[in-house]
Amino acid sequence: MIDFHPEKARAFVLDDERAHWHDKALWFMRVKRDRAAATVPEWESLREAAEGIKLHTLSRLADYLEEFERNARANGIQVHWARDAEEHNRIVHGILEKHRVTRMVKSKSMLTEECHLNPYLETRGIEVVDTDLGERIVQLAGEAPSHIVMPAIHRKKEEIGDLFHEKLGTPKGLSDPTVLTEKARGHLREKFLRAQAGLTGVNFAIAETGGFVVVTNEGNADMGTTLPPVHIASMGVEKVIPRLADLGVFLRLLARSATGQPVSSYTTHFHAPLPGGELHVVIVDNGRSSMLSEEHRRKALCCIRCGACLNTCPVYRRSGGYSYSYLIPGPIGSVLGPHRDLKGHASLPFASSLCGSCTDVCPVKVDLHHQLLVLRQEAGEEKLVPLGKRLGMKAASFAMARPALFRAGGRFARFILRVAPALARVGPGAIWSRGRELPVAPRESFAELYDREEAGKPEGRS
Amino acid sequence: MTARDAILAALRASGAKPAPAPRHPVPVKQGEPVARFLESVKAVGGHSYRVSDAAALAAEVARLPVWSSPRRVSLVPGLPGGTVDLAAVADPHELADLDVAAIPGEVGVAENGAVWVTGASLGPHRAVFVIPEHLVLVVRAGDVVNDMQEAYGRITLPRPGYGLFISGPSKTADIEQSLVIGAHGARSCAVFVVG
Repeated sequence: MIDFHPEKARAFVLDDERAHWHDKALWFMRVKRDRAAATVPEWESLREAAEGIKLHTLSRLADYLEEFERNARANGIQVHWARDAEEHNRIVHGILEKHRVTRMVKSKSMLTEECHLNPYLETRGIEVVDTDLGERIVQLAGEAPSHIVMPAIHRKKEEIGDLFHEKLGTPKGLSDPTVLTEKARGHLREKFLRAQAGLTGVNFAIAETGGFVVVTNEGNADMGTTLPPVHIASMGVEKVIPRLADLGVFLRLLARSATGQPVSSYTTHFHAPLPGGELHVVIVDNGRSSMLSEEHRRKALCCIRCGACLNTCPVYRRSGGYSYSYLIPGPIGSVLGPHRDLKGHASLPFASSLCGSCTDVCPVKVDLHHQLLVLRQEAGEEKLVPLGKRLGMKAASFAMARPALFRAGGRFARFILRVAPALARVGPGAIWSRGRELPVAPRESFAELYDREEAGKPEGRS
Repeated sequence: MTARDAILAALRASGAKPAPAPRHPVPVKQGEPVARFLESVKAVGGHSYRVSDAAALAAEVARLPVWSSPRRVSLVPGLPGGTVDLAAVADPHELADLDVAAIPGEVGVAENGAVWVTGASLGPHRAVFVIPEHLVLVVRAGDVVNDMQEAYGRITLPRPGYGLFISGPSKTADIEQSLVIGAHGARSCAVFVVG
């Protein structure tokens, strides 16, 4: 099964040193996030407000999109609508064709990844250059981003040095991040100066003012939209927020949650095209309206793509972005992927310990681990869970409904663990015990211990 | 049915229950804003200075090593020393070798060192915010606010059509999370508070 998370994760953890390095690198981001959140006394109220604004917007999404469109048009922005990925790609290509664009620069947009825009344009003769450093690295390597905020988090600096040597002709053996970044700056500056159009994503679109905000640390969205005369911005329908003042809430949460910074370096508000240029916004549905129509899935549309749930997830940290079959990895991707196509991503709801850390750090309070649990149930009902697991669950529920059998099973397991622990490493039990330390078997079960304690208690004490 | 109408109809048919818009929390004020702002600018990789008036500003800026590089733009009223006149530049690509730009900020934000700058009178030269090797931003002390929520109370949009918060120099940590200053935009960012 090609999409099976455990199989792909196994390959990742085989390289023990790298797996630990990855885990540590992401935990570092989580720690930075905690520190940044702690500097804001009203952090929890901000999360509640952000969640409330998003839920309010979703409850009147069509109205706010119409308001956005009306105001954007009044600002001289051209607004397009796309039902699906194909329509989005066609619209973008149409705009580029009209301007005879053959070289386009792009800043980070998970939506265009979702639509597979790059290959669509490349087969039509348009050079598309991803300009976020991490995105450029994975683009040169022919890979997809392994993290939504840090696309090349899985790559070591030596590998990036080799990649730049091969693709950009830099001297062999570079590994200093400062030197490598400087090389990328030179390479990409050339691309910026020669680009005929720039494409960006949209972090927030503001209904009230008819403009939108793009956030970067590198300044790549700004370089890509202030030099070429044509700017195309792709946004999902869920990106709109009602008022300009709402940005005050979201921007206090976004960067702190994402990278532990108090704000990103560039938070750019586009409300008009460059004089003499054109500004296009493509509003994309691509399955979002169907997600909105289901009560228990709706909240996933509140996501502002900060990546905090990835950084904190014990499974993501230890299995890497490429273990996930959906293009967005981690808890939010394990919710969004199966919401789109449960069959194609049936193992993702299980790529979680259900510890709930993702839900705790989410700046807009998406109920991630609850959604994962619901998706597990749906996968079970649709028989999308491997047979072994299904039978195991059936056996467990059979035993748990029969106390005598359950206790006998416990006694048997404790006995085996004591006298022949190797048996736990073979047969069906091996699926669970692989990669885990076996516990020291206690003499008695909790129920036995409890009964004994109760029996020994003097009357009247409880 | 157009794509627009189909999408709007599908969204309207989704049956999402009406949810009222929440109130925004009132931020706790944390210390004197200007002092905090000067600290925050340093924390985001910039340099911060406080000067008493326009004359002191001009003297301090003239002392910056980056201000001795040849291609300079000054958009700050009363700050002399610019060598490139934006009005004489037809195409923003001609700014590719700009060394430094001094730009007036309209709002400074204490919690994160961000400075709000706009393209009100820039014409086609929005690139001036990101293309120079170094940035000098100038904010009046009275324009420093506590936090982003307060900042949005001071900002007007959609006019002037283009504006951004700049918080320190351009940076990236995309290679093994090592912070590198000077990704695509400014390699350094000096922020002056006047007054």
